[in-house]
Amino acid sequence: MATVSVRQYHRGGFSFENCKRNALLEADINKLGFSSPAARKTGTTICGVVYKDGVVLGADTRATEGMVVADKNCSKIHYISPNVYCCGAGTAADTEMTTQIISSNLELHSLSTGRLPRVATANRMLKQMLFRYQGYIGAALVLGGVDSTGPQLYSIYPHGSTDKLPYVTMGSGSLAAMAVFEDRYKPNMEEEEAKRLVRDAIAAGIFNDLGSGSNIDLCVITKGKVDYLRPHDVANKKGVRTGNYRYKHGTTGVLTKAVTPLNLEVVEESVQTMDTS
Amino acid sequence: MCVCVCVCVCVLQCCRSAAVCLCSSARRGLSCNGWSGTIMAVEFEGGVVIGADSRTTTGAYIANRVTDKLTPIHERIFCCRSGSAADTQAIADAVTYQLGFHSIELDEAPLVQTAASLFREMCYRYREELMAGIIVAGWDPRRGGQVYTVPVGGMMTRQPVSVGGSGSSYIYGYVDSNYRAGMSKEECLKFTAEALTLAMERDGSSGGVVRLAVVSEQGVERQVILGNQLPKFSTV
Repeated sequence: MATVSVRQYHRGGFSFENCKRNALLEADINKLGFSSPAARKTGTTICGVVYKDGVVLGADTRATEGMVVADKNCSKIHYISPNVYCCGAGTAADTEMTTQIISSNLELHSLSTGRLPRVATANRMLKQMLFRYQGYIGAALVLGGVDSTGPQLYSIYPHGSTDKLPYVTMGSGSLAAMAVFEDRYKPNMEEEEAKRLVRDAIAAGIFNDLGSGSNIDLCVITKGKVDYLRPHDVANKKGVRTGNYRYKHGTTGVLTKAVTPLNLEVVEESVQTMDTS
Repeated sequence: MCVCVCVCVCVLQCCRSAAVCLCSSARRGLSCNGWSGTIMAVEFEGGVVIGADSRTTTGAYIANRVTDKLTPIHERIFCCRSGSAADTQAIADAVTYQLGFHSIELDEAPLVQTAASLFREMCYRYREELMAGIIVAGWDPRRGGQVYTVPVGGMMTRQPVSVGGSGSSYIYGYVDSNYRAGMSKEECLKFTAEALTLAMERDGSSGGVVRLAVVSEQGVERQVILGNQLPKFSTV
């Protein structure tokens, strides 16, 4: 006899149907002695937006080494030229060195032309270098700046392709940040609105992606002015400890006390201040 | 100026020596960017109509939903790019430079066939390292509107109508049955828009908006057909 089965209409929300199956599979795998693969995050949320007078670049400040946070407050917005800045995601060393190399070459180029460098020039230099290394330089960049042709924003991928867009996100938190942009981006925003939008996009990455965290850095570039806001928002303040493991004086009883003074003669005293700049 | 091109071309040479690891599987992997959609070009009397979708994907994520795959190579010569975004952008930049240089030397508008040959030269020479399917289309005073297709592997052939990209597989039947020689500009535009819409409907790597351009003696006219303005078909 044929059984008639009616498919349950699926209401909205997350479907937990496969959780039981996954648990069984996990148990089976563990019985054989293997472990199921763990998700590996590379970290970072970076983004940029073009607004009325210029561009706003944003980045989180967490640098990860596997599953450990290597640097809680690293700077991901790199200087390229006085009017062009670049956020970097991917391998930290690659983004750092690539942006430094192009910054140096762009300064020489600018001295040669006698003009303020253009964002498109930086874009060309970066894409040609990354293509040359066929993706082995793991640098995913968000390049933004204002030049004589206006404000511009580019996203640059490790293999050397670029896209010129009004709003871009990169990094492991890029999907979270892009969700915020797709919801609230409007052309020709005011500065405060644009800064709020970028801040919220990075915050979405920080709170929803394990590889991104700590603070939010912003860089607002307009014609003739750059505001490097680091940190713009301390999204993750270190908590205050509620308890203390220190023992009070007198916890351990003192049985005997012997004091031996050392007679030392001060021969020379010199003070050297530490360079904390 | 010479440095730019030499870098581009010579370095592709270095890549060749490290060729093995650069085989296609690496580029098709999840971390690569740019696996793009559907492109098309049609010749008509007096020019060409070219069209493309606007989606660039990195795996299952759409990296750019408003890509412009119709890249100007010269004043009246365009190329439609499909395949790896990085490869096609680099090739197009190199050919733009070479063609511009050639045109200045000749002091004359370059031929579409010359542009297509330059693409073919590069795509064939570095065929192991590249993943690029390109359609070169334009107008020149000598032979009018022309479409040349340079698929992966580096073949070059002239065709009255040509489709390319991952979405092209779904529309060969439509194109073969609906193309007639001697269509007018408007008919070609409608034909291209409908073909691209059908491909975008069925292919996951194609979507977004339809970008069209008409290249003729008068110049270039570009238009965009947004998602909600696309032609509608009867499939549910």
